[in-house]
Amino acid sequence: MQERHVLTEREINRDLLGFSLTTPRNFWLAAIPLGLMVALMFSAVGYMIYWGIGVTGLNRPVMWGFMITNFVFWVGISHAGVMISAILRLSHAEWRRPITRAAEVLTVFALATAALFPLIHTGRPWRAIYWVFPYDFSRGIWPAVRSPLIWDPSAIFTYLTGSSLFVFVALIPDLAVARDNSVGWRRTFYGLLSLGYRGTTRQWRLQLLAGILLSALILPVFVSVHSIVSWDFGMSLVPAWHVTIFAPYFVIGAVHSGVSAVVALMVLLRWAFHLQAYLTPDHFDAIGRLLIAVGNTWFYFFWLDFFFALLAREPDEVAVWELRLFHWPYNVLFAIFLITAYFIPVPLWLFRRVRRSIPLMLLTSISVNIGMWLERFLIIIPGLQWKQPLTFNWFGYRPSIVEIILVTGSFALVAFGVLMFSKFFPIIPLFDIKEGQKLRHDLRIGHRQVPGVIRE
Amino acid sequence: MTIRHLLGLYPDAERAANGADALRQAGVPQSSIEVLTDTPYPEGAFGEPPAQHRLFVFPFIGAACGFAVGLLLTAGTQLAYPMPTGGKPILSVPAMIIIMYEGTMLGAIIMTVLGIIFESRLPRARLGTYDPRISEGYVGVLVVDEDPVVGRAEQVFRQSGAEVIREREPED
Repeated sequence: MQERHVLTEREINRDLLGFSLTTPRNFWLAAIPLGLMVALMFSAVGYMIYWGIGVTGLNRPVMWGFMITNFVFWVGISHAGVMISAILRLSHAEWRRPITRAAEVLTVFALATAALFPLIHTGRPWRAIYWVFPYDFSRGIWPAVRSPLIWDPSAIFTYLTGSSLFVFVALIPDLAVARDNSVGWRRTFYGLLSLGYRGTTRQWRLQLLAGILLSALILPVFVSVHSIVSWDFGMSLVPAWHVTIFAPYFVIGAVHSGVSAVVALMVLLRWAFHLQAYLTPDHFDAIGRLLIAVGNTWFYFFWLDFFFALLAREPDEVAVWELRLFHWPYNVLFAIFLITAYFIPVPLWLFRRVRRSIPLMLLTSISVNIGMWLERFLIIIPGLQWKQPLTFNWFGYRPSIVEIILVTGSFALVAFGVLMFSKFFPIIPLFDIKEGQKLRHDLRIGHRQVPGVIRE
Repeated sequence: MTIRHLLGLYPDAERAANGADALRQAGVPQSSIEVLTDTPYPEGAFGEPPAQHRLFVFPFIGAACGFAVGLLLTAGTQLAYPMPTGGKPILSVPAMIIIMYEGTMLGAIIMTVLGIIFESRLPRARLGTYDPRISEGYVGVLVVDEDPVVGRAEQVFRQSGAEVIREREPED
């Protein structure tokens, strides 16, 4: 961290609250197309509910397709936020300061979007309530707690509630600053949400403790959520799904795609809100180093998954891998997946110049997410597509236009959510940035002037 | 006795810390002094004692409640609609553990957040004596006490370099 931008508190307020307290034309340029895409997505959902899930490409034997792939993908993305925020808070990493809230907000919207997809996938979303909530007292019908399809909602509900509360608690001091800097309905709005926060020494002490305590509480939930999502597959008897390492493999895959998504979000925020003074090449350098470690760990688990299948020599499992590796279109998708998720980005991140290049970091982070979406697709579809005995109706899986709209719409939905959050709330934590400025002092060591950080 | 609220605004933390020290030396009790800032400072930066709180109790209470709800939900629903499966026990403990774990963590998180709000003395319906300039980097030193004590505080504020001194309407 060699770069230092010294800003006054007034400048920080102006820079970081500007977008929330005014409405620039750029906002509409982004919000209108995204809103239309979200509207199109929900129209597709309505169309599917009206005509039934026959309008999708799902057919025997592939009954889990794009929607479940997308569900796993967005749960994965949601992992980055809290992981980055919680681990960096607990380890007092200074470079976390401008990143944490954007990462947490991405978690909330990605997870809420993910949770939509299994509901949409059922075709009759309102009936899903029977599986999840124990409410049908009159008929004595209860959720089957032995099913991973019950574990999933409980984990996602916990994670979504926890992440939302995490965002809210850390937002309270900034809401108070927004209250002090606004007038009219905005002042009332921020005044209500800030709960009368005044920044007493007691309130700050508890705010700092809250960051540590909630981080420590949410990290085990973060690990459990994607483990449980992996058990949706691991607990089944489908070849290549019934794998013991799926839980850690899914968790590290989630971190790989999620941290990359945070990088993409950082680049977009930096560009959209002119945050060059807050999101510097140093931050991208640091997160790039983290991504090298995460990417290699993910690759290790990928190989484990592959070798477990080969070494066990279970014919069914080998057949699924053959389908993935040698049969059109999975072989091409498999090659794209490996190249984009690992072989392009990770070697590039080894170069400092790449890690400090913001356009290259954006491209490599998008590349990872293309690859990781395909990874989920290649886990789910070939496992079901493989020809097994006693299957008499046989169709290939080809996603319909409705499914393609749903998937593209989900990206618009997450982007729209983050954009709307940024419109109303500061996406970079003001108090964290101000604290970082206060605690940093330049130290002279020999002929060098080095920024140091004071810590209790 | 009339309770008065007096706020002194200092342009930086050093002068505010000196002002708070001067208040204590002038006999203003620590319990009557509050320091208001827009950013966290290291504990004790203004000479205040460590904050006493019971925040760490809240997650345990929440975890216990969440665990109990998880246990009730999983065991209760399986017993209410028993599904004998190949002679295995009705209560499937490994499956129950997952939901009980999530319940435990959810309870702990919710209660922690409630604890933070409660221990921070929030929500407050009114801001009381406050100045929006605090969010621009000014440090506010607030004294809430009886008339003679606040009178002494006012003198200290003037002598210690407070740029602004504000008083709220007195209350009985």
